[in-house]
Amino acid sequence: MDRFVWTNGLLEMNETLVIQQRGVRLYDGEDKAKLDVGIVLLSTHRLVWRDQKNHECCICIPLSQVIFFEEQAAGIGKSAKIVIHLHPCPENKEPGPYQKSKYSYIKLSFKEHGQIEFYRRLTEEMTQKRWENTPVSQPIPTGTGPKAGRTRAVGIVGIERKLEEKRKETDKNISEAFEDLSKLMEKAKEMVELSRSIANKIKDKQGDITEDETIRFKSYLLSMGIANPVTRETHGSGTQYHIQLAKQLGDMLQAPLEERGGMMALTEVYCLVNRARGMELLSPEDLVNACKMFESLKLPLRLRVFDSGVMVVQLQSHSEEEMIASALDNVSDKGSLTAEEFAKLLGLTVLLAKERLLLAEKMGHLCRDDSVEGLRFYPNLF
Amino acid sequence: MHRRGVGAGAIAKKKLAEAKYKERGTVLAEDQIAQMSKQLETFKTHLEEFASKHKQEIRKNSQFRVQFQEMCATIGVDPLASGKGFWSEMLGVGDFYYELGVQIIEVCLALKHRNGGLITLEELHHRVLKGRGKFAQDVSQDDLVRAIKKLKAMGNGFGMIPVGGSYLVQSVPAELNMDHTVVLQLAEKKGYVTVSEIRDSLKWERERACHVLDHLLKEGLAWLDSQAAGEPQYWLPALFSEMLSQDVTPEEASQMTP
Repeated sequence: MDRFVWTNGLLEMNETLVIQQRGVRLYDGEDKAKLDVGIVLLSTHRLVWRDQKNHECCICIPLSQVIFFEEQAAGIGKSAKIVIHLHPCPENKEPGPYQKSKYSYIKLSFKEHGQIEFYRRLTEEMTQKRWENTPVSQPIPTGTGPKAGRTRAVGIVGIERKLEEKRKETDKNISEAFEDLSKLMEKAKEMVELSRSIANKIKDKQGDITEDETIRFKSYLLSMGIANPVTRETHGSGTQYHIQLAKQLGDMLQAPLEERGGMMALTEVYCLVNRARGMELLSPEDLVNACKMFESLKLPLRLRVFDSGVMVVQLQSHSEEEMIASALDNVSDKGSLTAEEFAKLLGLTVLLAKERLLLAEKMGHLCRDDSVEGLRFYPNLF
Repeated sequence: MHRRGVGAGAIAKKKLAEAKYKERGTVLAEDQIAQMSKQLETFKTHLEEFASKHKQEIRKNSQFRVQFQEMCATIGVDPLASGKGFWSEMLGVGDFYYELGVQIIEVCLALKHRNGGLITLEELHHRVLKGRGKFAQDVSQDDLVRAIKKLKAMGNGFGMIPVGGSYLVQSVPAELNMDHTVVLQLAEKKGYVTVSEIRDSLKWERERACHVLDHLLKEGLAWLDSQAAGEPQYWLPALFSEMLSQDVTPEEASQMTP
C-alpha cells in the first residue's frame, strides 16, 4: 500500500476513465488497509481509489507500477479479489496513505461484485498500455527510473500478455468448438431420423429387404451409436464386427480360463482384453454382444448369467455337473466351507466361488448356514 | 414365343410392386438404406473435420465432454455404445471412457475386502486420479458416472446410490432395496448408525431395523462395534473418510485380478 499517493482524483488531459466499481475495499498484502470501503476507478493511466463516504480521501497509483495481477476466487464469507503485484517504490514518490509496507502487492476486494468486468478491462489496459503513448501534463511517478522500470516490466508483463493471449485464444477455440459441435449434432440428428424411418418401413414391410441389407443397416446403426429399433433382440444376429470379435475372444480367452478354473466374470474379461489391446478398446456392450454369439458360432465358450445377475464367460468343456460334483466333494472334505475358503482352495475369485456354491445349493447338494458371521455351506444330508 | 420361367415372372412382379409404391410416392426401405449409406459417408467426413479441429478439446476439457454427451443424448445417439462407432474411432471418446471403466473396476476390486463393494464417488474419484498419475488427462466426477453407467451392461452389479448430495458406487451384486438405501443415507453423516437412530428418524420397528442391519453385515458392507458406549454401532467402511489417505497395500493389491 505504500505505492499509493494522494490525489485530487481529477482526470488529466488525455487520460480517460475506463471503468469504475463501488464497494471495493483495499488490502495491503494480506491485511485490510486502514481505509473504508470505496470506489475503484480504472483509467488509461492510473488506478484510483476514493472513499465512498469521504470524497476527499482519494489515492491513486500509476498503471506502470503494476508488474502483474491475478484473480482470487471468492470463498465462504469472502469476496472475490484481484491481487495486484507492484514494482518497488520510486524514490521521489509523493506522499500517500502509507509510509512503508512489508508487502509488494495489494488486493482489491469486490464486496459488491464487478470483479469480472474490472479484471477484463484492467487486462485490456495493461496490454494496450495507452499511458505510454499519451503522456499527461502532470508527471506521474513511474518505476525506479524510467528505463530500469520499463525493461523489467516488459519482461514480466510480456509473459503475462502472452498468457492472456493464450487464454483469449482458448476461449475463442472453445466457443468455436461449441458452434462446430452444434452443427455436427444437427447432421447427426438427420441420420437418426433417417434410421427411424427405415426401421418403421422394415416393420411395416414396405419393400423387400434382403438379409444382406439388414446386416448392412445394423452396421450403420452401430457406427452412429443409434440403438437398433427394429429387432427387440440386439444380440444373436449381431454385426460382422461382433462375429469377428467373438472369434478373437474364443482364441484369446482359452488359456486364462483354464488357469482360473474354467470361469471368469465378464468384468474380469473386460479388463483383461482391454489392457491387452491398449487402444481401440472394446465397449462393455461390444463385449456382451460378442459373447452372446459364442453359441451360434459354435465356439467352445459360453456366456452365462447367474441368478444374482453376475455374468461370466465359461469354458464349454467345464460342465455343470462336474463343477457341482467337485464343489460337493470339497465341502464334504472340509466339513463346511465359506465362499472365501472355497475361493482360496480353488484359486478362484470370491465372487465366482460363491456362485458355484449357490449353484450346488440350488441343485440340492448343499445347504447353507446364514448368520452374521457369514454364509457357510454344508453338504445337504436331507 | 419365348419361354417365361418362374424367375422372369417373379422379377416382373417385383418391378410392378416397385412401380406401384413409387406411384404413391413412398420410398422403399432398401432405397433408403442405400441413401443412408451415402449420407453416412458424408457424415463421416464432417466428423473427421470436427475431430481434426477439436479432438483436443474433448480430451482436455471435461465441461466440453459433458456438453457433447448431453447433445448426443438429446438426439438419440450413444457415442459410447461401441468401440467400432464413428464417435469412438474418430474422436477417441470411446477409449477415454472404456479405459476409465477398467480403472474403476480395478479400484473397486482392490478395496472390496475392506468396504464390501461400496465406495463413495469421492473416494473412487480420488483413487482413480491417483492411479492415473500426474501426466494423465483430467477426469471429472461426471466422467466417472458415465463410465459406470456403461459398466452396468456387464451385469456385475454396478450401480449408484444417491447419498448425502453425492453417490455411493456399488460394485457387487448385493441386493440393496429401498430400506437398505435409506439406512445408508442415514449413516452417511457420521459413518455409522444405531438401531435407535433408525427407529427415531425413520419410525421403523426394531425388527425391521435389525433385519436391514443384519443384511448389511452379511454382505460385508457394515462392521459391528458392539463395544461402543450405549448401544452397538454399525459402521460403514465405505463412508470412512480417513481411508482416503490410505494406500492399497501390496497384499491387497495382489487380491486384485490381473
